[in-house]
Amino acid sequence: MDDFPYIEVAGENTFIVYCGKDMEKGVLGRVRRIDQAVRSEFGSMVIDTIPSYASLLVIYRADQVNGSDMKLRLEVCVTEVDESQKILEVERVVTLPVWYGFEAGADLKALAESKRLRSEEVIALHQEKEYQVYAIGFAPGFAYLGEVDERIAVPRLSTPRKRVPCGAVGIAGRQTAVYPSESPGGWNLIGRCPVRMFDLQASEPMPVRVGDCVRFEAIDRDQYMDLGGQL
Amino acid sequence: MQDAGRFGHHSIGLTSGGPLDWEAFYWANRLCANEHGATALEVAQGGVRMECIVETIIAVAGAPMPLRVNGRTKALWRSHKLQPGDMIELGYATKGMRTYLAVSGGFKAEEFFGSTATVIREGIGYPLKAGQKLQCGPANDEQWALPMESVPRYSDSVTLRLIPGYQFEQFSRTAHDTLLGGDFTVSNRSDRMGYILEGSLIESPEREMLSEGICLGAVQVPPDGRPIVLLNDHQTIGGYPKLGSVVSVDLWKLAQCPPEIHARFELVDLEAAQEMVNYESKKRRSTRLKRCV
Repeated sequence: MDDFPYIEVAGENTFIVYCGKDMEKGVLGRVRRIDQAVRSEFGSMVIDTIPSYASLLVIYRADQVNGSDMKLRLEVCVTEVDESQKILEVERVVTLPVWYGFEAGADLKALAESKRLRSEEVIALHQEKEYQVYAIGFAPGFAYLGEVDERIAVPRLSTPRKRVPCGAVGIAGRQTAVYPSESPGGWNLIGRCPVRMFDLQASEPMPVRVGDCVRFEAIDRDQYMDLGGQL
Repeated sequence: MQDAGRFGHHSIGLTSGGPLDWEAFYWANRLCANEHGATALEVAQGGVRMECIVETIIAVAGAPMPLRVNGRTKALWRSHKLQPGDMIELGYATKGMRTYLAVSGGFKAEEFFGSTATVIREGIGYPLKAGQKLQCGPANDEQWALPMESVPRYSDSVTLRLIPGYQFEQFSRTAHDTLLGGDFTVSNRSDRMGYILEGSLIESPEREMLSEGICLGAVQVPPDGRPIVLLNDHQTIGGYPKLGSVVSVDLWKLAQCPPEIHARFELVDLEAAQEMVNYESKKRRSTRLKRCV
């Protein structure tokens, strides 16, 4: 990590702080520490930040501070952050129920066949690991989780689906995610989750934040329906 | 419906939304003596008929669309007093793409995360439907006009000043040459998320990258080589290499471009870009409106 972190211009009121180059828990920890430091140092002078994998985007009030001053202050702030600093935001472990199977997961069969596994093995491997939330984006509430076991890692579909249902659980490369709303998408679908990943009306619209951990737990169709799942 | 935009919620994936042409939106509101960022209608291309049911004041600013009240032509870039029963008609734009219709006191719409900005892709708000009743705030009685010399012009080509940033250095020399020497036209697949430019193809660095935060105006280059200038409804993170970002004052001009319009890029450094933005903002604030009787 010798060359990191470093700051690059992103736009007229935005810098991006690169904190590493890999999808890795340690790098994400650094991103979150820097995010925390930037927010507390700059307060309302920062309009928004976006932590994602190995970088932090910082959007600031360019009407209050010019670019060169902001870059200097950001450099000082970023270099003062060290690995021993505690991340104040509590890291939660969130368990998400999933109804796995051929009916709920249109790509489960093909995925199992391509990896020479039985579908039960795919389902077991998906539940075995605890995943880190590395980023949120693509659509509101879409949390990128990593990393899935190499034995069930498959590339995105060559032709994305026009319509992926809300709650669909998919795999793309070594990442997995729950679709927060109906949308187009190219991830390999293996099940459905009844928990709403994004609720516009709720005071806390998402059950997870960047840095949280997620576990998946198999449920059957009846449980899925009881938990409010939609078909 | 658009207000100034939704800010501070990128970390859960919510984009900003807000008016694509900030300048026209600003004038429409100011001509109604509204607060900065009051909710107004963004009309793309035109074709709107509305009946006024209260006594109020409206102003229309932006791409030239013929405005008629009860069949009589009215000027854009000034406010007009309306009576209950008046019929407002906005025809189709003869140039440019978007016009803002503001009303005294602003339109009233449900706020999500502190903003009324409609972002259809996120399921926040929806396009207006025939028969829908819009609420507006209390009216004042002043009528104003923007002096002719301050009215923005919508031209047949656009120069996009780009602040080099993000992965700019990782693009090849050829890519840089194409960016600055190439000829681009606005694609008809462009929308509020981003404007796709066709014509010259920019060589994209072939390297896997982790998704990272995207800011307004960022220019991303997917493997097909067609640059996309990201606008107000842009996704918050993305994994395509980016050349930097276009200055906001040029984004408003780009968003007024219909398909086939020619675009070219120029480089500008951060300091000059910020000066440009501050200058434009000062100029707007110091512009004095003419009072109409």
